[in-house]
Amino acid sequence: MNKRVKLFIPVAIFLVMAGFLLYGLGRDPNTVPSALVDRPLPEFTQPSLYPEQGEYSSGDFLGRILLVNIWGSWCPPCHLEHPFFLEISETEDDITFIGISYDYSTIEDREFLAERGNPFDYNVVDLDGSLRIDLGVTGAPETFLVDQQGMILYRHIGAIDADVWNDKFVPLLRQIR
Amino acid sequence: MIPELGNFSLVLALSLAVLLSVLPMVGVYRNNQLLMTLSRPLSAGLWVFMLLSFGCLAYAFLDDDFSVRYVASNSNSLLPVYYKFTGVWGGHEGSLLLWVLMVASWTYAVSLFSRNLPLDILARVLSVMGIISVCFLVFMLFTSNPFDRLMLNPPADGTDLNPLLQDFGLIVHPPMLYMGYVGFSVAYAFAITALLTGNLDAAWARWTRPWTNAAWAFLTIGIALGSWWAYYELGWGGWWFWDPTENVAFMPWLVGTALIHSLAVTEKRGVFKSWTVLLAIAAFSLSLLGTFIIRSGLITSVHAFAVDPERGLVLLAILLVVIGASLFLYALRAPVVKGTASYTITSRELFLLVNNILLVVSTAGILLGTLYPLIHEAVTGDANVSVGAPYFNTIFLPLMALLVVFLTIGSISRWKKTSVAYLKQQLVKVAIASILLGIVVPLAITQEVNVPIFLAVALALWIILGIARDIQSKTANKGSFISGLKSLSLSYYGMQTAHLGMAVIILGICLTSHYSVERDVRLAPGQGIEIGSYEFIFQGVERVQGPNYQADAGEVTVLKNGDPYLTLRPEKRTYFATGSVQTEADIDVGFTRDLFAALGDPRGEDAWVVRIHLKPFVFWIWLGAFLMAGGGVIAICDRRYRVRDTARKDVPVQATDGLDPSLTGAA
Repeated sequence: MNKRVKLFIPVAIFLVMAGFLLYGLGRDPNTVPSALVDRPLPEFTQPSLYPEQGEYSSGDFLGRILLVNIWGSWCPPCHLEHPFFLEISETEDDITFIGISYDYSTIEDREFLAERGNPFDYNVVDLDGSLRIDLGVTGAPETFLVDQQGMILYRHIGAIDADVWNDKFVPLLRQIR
Repeated sequence: MIPELGNFSLVLALSLAVLLSVLPMVGVYRNNQLLMTLSRPLSAGLWVFMLLSFGCLAYAFLDDDFSVRYVASNSNSLLPVYYKFTGVWGGHEGSLLLWVLMVASWTYAVSLFSRNLPLDILARVLSVMGIISVCFLVFMLFTSNPFDRLMLNPPADGTDLNPLLQDFGLIVHPPMLYMGYVGFSVAYAFAITALLTGNLDAAWARWTRPWTNAAWAFLTIGIALGSWWAYYELGWGGWWFWDPTENVAFMPWLVGTALIHSLAVTEKRGVFKSWTVLLAIAAFSLSLLGTFIIRSGLITSVHAFAVDPERGLVLLAILLVVIGASLFLYALRAPVVKGTASYTITSRELFLLVNNILLVVSTAGILLGTLYPLIHEAVTGDANVSVGAPYFNTIFLPLMALLVVFLTIGSISRWKKTSVAYLKQQLVKVAIASILLGIVVPLAITQEVNVPIFLAVALALWIILGIARDIQSKTANKGSFISGLKSLSLSYYGMQTAHLGMAVIILGICLTSHYSVERDVRLAPGQGIEIGSYEFIFQGVERVQGPNYQADAGEVTVLKNGDPYLTLRPEKRTYFATGSVQTEADIDVGFTRDLFAALGDPRGEDAWVVRIHLKPFVFWIWLGAFLMAGGGVIAICDRRYRVRDTARKDVPVQATDGLDPSLTGAA
């Protein structure tokens, strides 16, 4: 390439980036959560976190109330909500807890659950990120409440504690039980 | 009345900034000495009126003037007086005012401390900095005026400062960070000047280096304080999350680090000139990009200010002017500032080039990761995608490991040409010793095989032993060891201090990541848990009253080997004005370990979820950062930056005695 032309690479990169930034200004990140509510949980077939347990499909869970939690052992807020999940997984018998590991290291996730307890009835791993994209996940942790018909009722971004649970989840659960 | 005075000062500051960006530059091209000389008083005037404006806003805060919209939304009459003052930069408008005040301060500092700069150079540099002030003053006055009044029905009391920001760390974190961000504008202005004049010599690099070091040291401290704040205030015990807002502060730091090293090569050897200019532009551009990303509401996080697309558009326009125009100027003028000297494959120049490439590649990786969700959405039009810590660690850590390998080789090698035999003689023993000790020491202490720990300890030792070896060989022929130490320059000590800081950070990060113990347990009063040689006993929670909050204050007594050791008092605060709840962890900071306690949720019958962490060596992360910043400061104090610069031969304006006093020792 011509040496003079090469010198224009930085400004070209910047202009492309500025284009994306301009696009970004036009959208409102806060509209994302509501877009998925009242739509069916995306269909998926994903391997279990424990290879000997094979694969899970979204169809396996129809007819049950699901709490789908996207987490990773590297994610500090996930550590924060973990004890609370352990607790409600004991008391909320009619809810099926599904943990989706947002991770590149399934070993560390298994170690984490072995060490601190496993609140999930099913552990799914999303290695290629396709499920995260389908769910429109912006980061970990995120939690989806899904009803018996497979519809997403609520999406929570960030860690869940007793207050969030009582304010947001309990009223919805009362409606569908 | 006072807010109007503040507003009026802003308008005056804008007028002076416009004059500063135009008159001296016109003077340069008309060869008019008077117009060029005006750059100094105009810089002083800009600074004075910015300071006055800042003082007026601070007064409005201290005076509880809730008719000012910004005060009403960021303060409260119950707020302690020191938080009323720091509330000045607790929101978008006020922190922008602080930002511009700092641009003005750096501009004024350049005009004060650059008596040895040729007038035409000084006029250009100050003019460029004036343009930056103009951009941001216009932005502030038209979209984000902190002095806007609530004319109808001013509230009786304010909504309060965000409780997260009611904390000592937040008093000092933003000013330090902004000093760093904005400080790179000096290097940027020097770079633009070099492109305009086409003249980039050793003297240019020597003028630029202390300013760059200072900005870099401020940014280092700013980032370290932010990380420290996240560690104890967010209550998770984490200190780095690869959050977009952390990334946007980290990128200018990485490029600034590259710039410091590249400036060294440009000063000593006269090569990498156009590369240095590009890095100087990039460091400030990334600072501006960070300002844009956080203030446009492009990304939501704890730092994000209210979303306002109009503000975003104006900021983007500023980015186009400042970054776009300067990169365009670079494309046109870079061939003029080409280097001439040559260097060989084992020279220090080459090792520093490797350092630069590694730092720039890491920055590019982080930039891509930060903007990827946006790019993905723009290209596919589909839902959001998230890039988490695993991506950043995968990219960043191997590159840093490589950087450390070259760090020691580079700092021990010599300019122009270093013989392979010399490098071998200096480094083979160091390499063997650091690998052996890196395996043996952790193995002896922990009795377990942990490869990442071996690697981290070996890399840290590689730096530390390399420094020791270099000092040993540099003092070998100087009579006594002490006189040898005295003969080394402050620049040299600065470099080695900063490198030592890097080793300390590596140890801190790796040891704390691998050996931290974190427990979240439900404890009733009297119950406790044991971690290592410590026992933590929960004594219960009592209600306490703060100036503007009510808190559940827990008491956790710690026993060490069964003996009473200390008491931790974590709190959970509820702020009156907003009703928001805030966790205040209590941490016993120690040289080799931190004991961390935070309160979770109440669990009935006086029982609480208590979060207890034992974090070994976490203090070293911040210790290392302070060593790095200290290294930058030590290097600034080097004599050759303080003496009148006489090396610039092509400018007859300068008095010249032909010798650089720092070389002859006759200051």
